[in-house]
Amino acid sequence: MSESSPTGRRSFYLSFIYGLWALLSAALTAPALVYLLLPPKLRSREDWVEAGDVEKLADHVPLELTFRQIRRDGWKVSSEQRTAWVVKLGDQVVAFGPQCTHLGCAYHWEAAKAEFLCPCHSSEFGPDGRVISGPAPRPLDRYESRTENGKLFVRALKESEPTA
Amino acid sequence: MKDWRRRLLNWLDHRTGLESAIRNFLLEDIPASSGWHQVFGSVAVFLFLVQAFTGALLAFNYAPTPGDAYNSLRYILTELTGGPLMRGLHHWGASMMIVIVVLHMVQVLLYGAYKKPREATWMVGVVLLLLTLAYGLTGYLLPWDNRAYWGTVVATRIAAQAPLLGPYLSRLLGSFGGEVGVVTFARFYGLHVLLLPPATTILIALHIYLVRKHGVAPQPEDENRPPKKFFPHQVFKDTVAIFAAFVILFVLAIAARVPLERLADPTDTTYIPRPEWYFLFLFQTLKFFDGPLEVLGSVVLPTLAIGVLILLPFVDRGKARRVTERTGAAAAVMLLAIGWAGLTAAAVRSTPKPDLAATVDFSQPTEWIQLTPIELAGIGYFRQENCVNCHTVGGGKAKEGPDLAGNIHKSAAWMIQHFKRPAAMVPGSSMPSILLSDGQLNTLAAFLLKLNPQNAEALQSAPDFAVQGALIYQARQCGSCHVVNGSGMKLGPPLNGLRRRRDRAWVERHFRNPQALSPGSVMPPYRFTPSEMENMCSYLFTLSD
Repeated sequence: MSESSPTGRRSFYLSFIYGLWALLSAALTAPALVYLLLPPKLRSREDWVEAGDVEKLADHVPLELTFRQIRRDGWKVSSEQRTAWVVKLGDQVVAFGPQCTHLGCAYHWEAAKAEFLCPCHSSEFGPDGRVISGPAPRPLDRYESRTENGKLFVRALKESEPTA
Repeated sequence: MKDWRRRLLNWLDHRTGLESAIRNFLLEDIPASSGWHQVFGSVAVFLFLVQAFTGALLAFNYAPTPGDAYNSLRYILTELTGGPLMRGLHHWGASMMIVIVVLHMVQVLLYGAYKKPREATWMVGVVLLLLTLAYGLTGYLLPWDNRAYWGTVVATRIAAQAPLLGPYLSRLLGSFGGEVGVVTFARFYGLHVLLLPPATTILIALHIYLVRKHGVAPQPEDENRPPKKFFPHQVFKDTVAIFAAFVILFVLAIAARVPLERLADPTDTTYIPRPEWYFLFLFQTLKFFDGPLEVLGSVVLPTLAIGVLILLPFVDRGKARRVTERTGAAAAVMLLAIGWAGLTAAAVRSTPKPDLAATVDFSQPTEWIQLTPIELAGIGYFRQENCVNCHTVGGGKAKEGPDLAGNIHKSAAWMIQHFKRPAAMVPGSSMPSILLSDGQLNTLAAFLLKLNPQNAEALQSAPDFAVQGALIYQARQCGSCHVVNGSGMKLGPPLNGLRRRRDRAWVERHFRNPQALSPGSVMPPYRFTPSEMENMCSYLFTLSD
C-alpha cells in the first residue's frame, strides 16, 4: 500500500494522533505522579534535643522524660511536647517511644513486676523493650539517642524490627 | 482476536450507545474550507483541562486560608519535587488560555462565523472569555504574596466604583469598606475552584453543542464542494496544534520561573501593584480618566465594550462572509490589536523599577535570610577564595578536599589556624594558605560552622547583593551598635524590621547625615559608593521582621 493511497494516509493520521496523545498524557501524568508520590525534601534536619538528665539513672529502672521537639508537618512547623521512657541498660541509655507497638496505647511501668504494661490488651515489655507477652508484634520503638556529660539527647523515633 | 474485540465493543454499544455516540461525534461533516485556522477552539478546551488537572494537583498541597496559603505554596515550590513545574504549568497555562481564546475569537470574527444562525454560539463564547478572565482575577490572589494582595485591593476598589451596583459587588467579593481580608480570600477561592469550573464546563458543553447544531461555519465557496469528515483530518490538525501549544507551555513552565514575593503585607506603604499582563491595558486606560470621570474608564467603558462584543452579531449585519471580503472586520481587529499593544507597552514602560534593585525570590529556599551578618559575609570570602574549586559542599562528585558541609568542623580558632597554615593543623594537606586578615578568616569560619548537608544548597544560593551588603556591614562594624538576626549590640535600634519603619530614601539620607534625621544620634556618618549604598540598603531591606 503506497503512502499516497487514502488508506495509507488515514493510518498515518491515526498513528500520529494516537502517538501525540500518548506523549501528552505521559508528559502530564509522569510529573503528577512524581509530585504526589515523592516525599518532601526536608531542608532542615531534625535536630538533637535535650531530653533530660540521666546521670543519676539507676540500672534497669525506667524514668519518664518529657521534652519539646520540632515537628515538621507539611508546611507547618510546630514545637510539640513529647515523652520518652528512658532506661539505663548497663553502660547504655535507651529512650523508648511512649506508645505500645500493638495499637498505640500509652503503656506504663509496673514497678512491682519490673516490666512495662499496656492497659489496652495487656502487652508486656521488659526493661530492654523486648516483648514478654501479649499481642505486641515488635519491641518498643526507640528514639535515636546519645548521651553527653550526663545529659540525654534524642532525635527521631525509629520503628523497631518485628519480633521473629 | 479482532472478532473478540468487535464482539465486546458491540456488546458495550448495545448497552451504552457509547461507540455510536463517539462515532457520530467524530464523523461529523465539516466544510471543505476548514483547516488550520479552526484549531483554536480545541486548543482552548485542552488548556482548560490542563488547568483543571494542575489546579487539582496544586489544591492537594495548598491550604486555602490567608494564614497558611503562602506557606503552603512555598512548601510546594521548595519542598516538593515537581511542585514548581505544577505551578508553572498552571500559571503559564492561564496566560496561554487567554491568548488562545482571543485568537479563537479573532478567527471567528474574521470569517464572520458569528452570523445568522450562529449568534448564540458567539454569545456563549463571549461569556466563556469573561469566565477565563474571572479565573485570572480570582487566581491572582491565591498565592497571598504582596503582588496578589495589592493587585486584588485595586481590583476590588474598581468593582466598588461601579454605578449603582458598586456596593453590592464589593460585598459579594467579601470586601467590606474596600479592605481585602479573609472573607475576600474565601470568596475568591470559592469562585476559583467551586463555582467557575462547573460553570465553564457547562458553557463549553453548550458552546460545542451549538457548534454541532449549526455545523462549522462554511465559506461561500464551500457550496459546491463536498464536505470533509471531522475525523481524522481536522482531528489530526487539532492534535498537532494542541501538542505544539503544550510544548510551548511546558518549556515556559520549566524555563520561565514564576516568582513568589514577600508574604502579603497590608501595612506595606511602598508596594506598587501591577495587574497581570492581560489586564495591563485596562490599567493604562484608567490613567486617561481623572477624578469623577474615573468610573468611566474603570467600569463604564469596559462594560460597554463587553456589551458591544456580546451583541456583535447584531451590530455587524453585513452579508460578507468570505474572509478576503471582510476588510472592515480585519481593520477593526488591527485597530484593536494596535490599541491594545500600545496601551500595554505604555503600562509596561510606566512601571517603576522596584524600590530595591534586588528583590528576593521566595519561590527559592531562603534560609540565608536567617544568617547573622558575619555568617552571611562569610559566604563572600567563601566565594572570593573559590573554596568550591577543591571542596564539595553537601554532596556531588568527590573533589580533592573534604566535603565542607560534612562532619569536619572544629572550633573557629582551629579553623583560623588551619586557614593560615593548613599543613600545620592537617598534616599532609595540600591546601594553600588563605591570605586574609584574622577578622576575615573569623568571618569565613563563622559561615563554615553554620554549614550542614541540609542547608548547603539553600545557603549557597544567597544572592550577591545580600552577601556584599553583609560584607560592608561587617567591615563598617555595624554590629557594634545594631542587632541583626539576634547578633550584635543593642546600642542602636535593631535593624530587623527596618523596612517597615523607614523607606529607602530616608535610610540613604540617614547614612550620609544621621544627626539631621535622628537628632542626638551617636551614629557616625557613612560615605558609601553608589554600589555600596545599593547593596547595603538592599540587604537591610531584605531582613525579616
